[in-house]
Amino acid sequence: MKLLEVKNLKKYFATKNGLLHAVDGVSLEIKKGETLGLVGESGCGKSTIGRLVIRLLEATEGEILFEGKDLAKLNKEEMRRMRCKMQIIFQDPYASLDPRKNVFESIAEPLRVQKVYSDKKELERHIYELMETVGLAQRLANSYPHELDGGRRQRVGVARAIALDPVFMVLDEPVSALDVSIQAQILNLLQQLQKEFDLTYLFISHDLSVVKHISDRVAVMYLGKLVEVSNYKAIFKDPLHPYTQALLSAVPVPRIDVQREKIILEGDVPSPINPKPGCRFAGRCRYCEEVCKTETPPLREISQDHFVACHFPGNRV
Amino acid sequence: MSQQEKLLEIKNLTVHYATVDGTVRAVENLNLSVDAGQTLGLVGETGAGKTTTVKTIMRILPVPPSIIKNGEILYKGEDLLKKSQKEMRSIRGEKISMIFQDPMTSLNPVLTVGDQIKEAIELHTKVNKRKAFELAGDMLETVGIKRDRANDYPHQFSGGMKQRVVIAMALACNPELLIADEPTTALDVTIQAQVLELMKRLKVQYNTSMIMITHDLGIVAEICDYVAIMYAGEVVEYGTREDVFLRAQHPYTKGLFTCIPDMYSDDNRLIPIRGLMPDPSNLPSGCKFHTRCDYKCERCEKEEPSVVEVSSGHYVKCFFALPQNVASSKVSVKMPV
Repeated sequence: MKLLEVKNLKKYFATKNGLLHAVDGVSLEIKKGETLGLVGESGCGKSTIGRLVIRLLEATEGEILFEGKDLAKLNKEEMRRMRCKMQIIFQDPYASLDPRKNVFESIAEPLRVQKVYSDKKELERHIYELMETVGLAQRLANSYPHELDGGRRQRVGVARAIALDPVFMVLDEPVSALDVSIQAQILNLLQQLQKEFDLTYLFISHDLSVVKHISDRVAVMYLGKLVEVSNYKAIFKDPLHPYTQALLSAVPVPRIDVQREKIILEGDVPSPINPKPGCRFAGRCRYCEEVCKTETPPLREISQDHFVACHFPGNRV
Repeated sequence: MSQQEKLLEIKNLTVHYATVDGTVRAVENLNLSVDAGQTLGLVGETGAGKTTTVKTIMRILPVPPSIIKNGEILYKGEDLLKKSQKEMRSIRGEKISMIFQDPMTSLNPVLTVGDQIKEAIELHTKVNKRKAFELAGDMLETVGIKRDRANDYPHQFSGGMKQRVVIAMALACNPELLIADEPTTALDVTIQAQVLELMKRLKVQYNTSMIMITHDLGIVAEICDYVAIMYAGEVVEYGTREDVFLRAQHPYTKGLFTCIPDMYSDDNRLIPIRGLMPDPSNLPSGCKFHTRCDYKCERCEKEEPSVVEVSSGHYVKCFFALPQNVASSKVSVKMPV
């Protein structure tokens, strides 16, 4: 069952040098209970999508259907109620927590805003329950963010997000700022919560091994467009888009017994301001032909549930 | 390894920071060495003391608050800790240079990149300005940037290009030792791959020794010959790349491998290292890892383990470390992976 469906989503930002095409015609769907991993390099528009789908940013064009309802058509009050069901966790928990609120107050905030409890005792009980669920000791209730380490801060972020019993969560690089040993703790927590509360995740990350670990399906983004979408096995075992292939081969793997061919891309990601026509990846692609420079390849279903936006998918040396 | 081949040798280095909240024991009794032409990977999490160690080598640690309590840093047999600041100035940049994590903050925004590379060359070699600028252009070409961009300012370059400029600057005087502190952490994966490839090529071309600080074991697998795993200011395991990747013995090293997702396996289980890094101003007694270790016994809480050489050149600081020939049979019982 589709929980979220995005149709031809666009977000342009006006800059003094022209229109910045942050998200340029993205369509995707997320089924209930699954995790969709959204990967790409900095500036490709993945965080913008995360913010658009829960309407922290207003889309320039396109539809966002959540449980079948078009979010853009909801008024302020309806949207406020809808927000109980959709939450977001940010990358840097230090920047996303109020430095003047202690752990208890931070977690209480969403519950107060939505006026869930009228009884103080019940509110308190729920908060301590939440703290236990995310693995925060009760004694930390009066601590402030600056007194906590990165892992615990992120646990506070998680507790805030699940406080209202959401069905959908956007996780925007939730473990990127953490040390590896702590990263594993938070990833395990997120997976456990997903099972327990039947959550649906949009997991945004630049770290491919983390995305492979947590996702059911993966969408790869390049310069505002999706280039490949499929289940995680197909993406990682049989990538068809030249960008996905290069991206995967570029990840340093902590194994010395695996031999891999490395594809080193030349140059940098081009500017998303007034992009040229044709395939966005053409300038760095080693299979680039004339048609790639003039025609934008649409996202097509190449094999079952494997979508690729490339004129020559599956090219390999 | 014979004495002559060692380019850099750190012996019993202890560095503390005096703060209002007490003494921070950043580095304790550290022993390390780097051989000529080799790359040493220094791996550890935030607060393990990696950056303190290399900043002490460069003598760029502010004193106070830092106090070098004890130890020697022998560079070709000479103790760097005994050098005057003037002597150090002729070593830094010429013999040992350093690359920092964030290229945006290590370049001067108001000087062109050509002038910044030229500065290092002029300081250490006797050439005139024009020649120095020409050499700077050569360096830019070595790192894959066109010579005519020497007159551009840092903000006109992308992140990956800036890091190339920093590498060009560090290698301009052909140093014998290059220290790279997380040189690719701020970069995107495809750009990271470009920079790593460049560093590998330059290492061969100039036969530079390298100390690579990183928290990414993937980078270590790709670029390093030797690995030192640091925890709470100490080296807990040291050996060749093969020793550490295939025959790791310290529970912390093993934990580092099991807590990262593996792109090449379908086993979807992460085993995190429980707990947190101890506060360096209040370190636990005995083995510093015992608070997070699944195999600790009473002895670990009281006594500090000594370093065991489990096979030639492979050192482990753990009571359960066993020499390699019996390791396979006995250790597996005590420390299952």
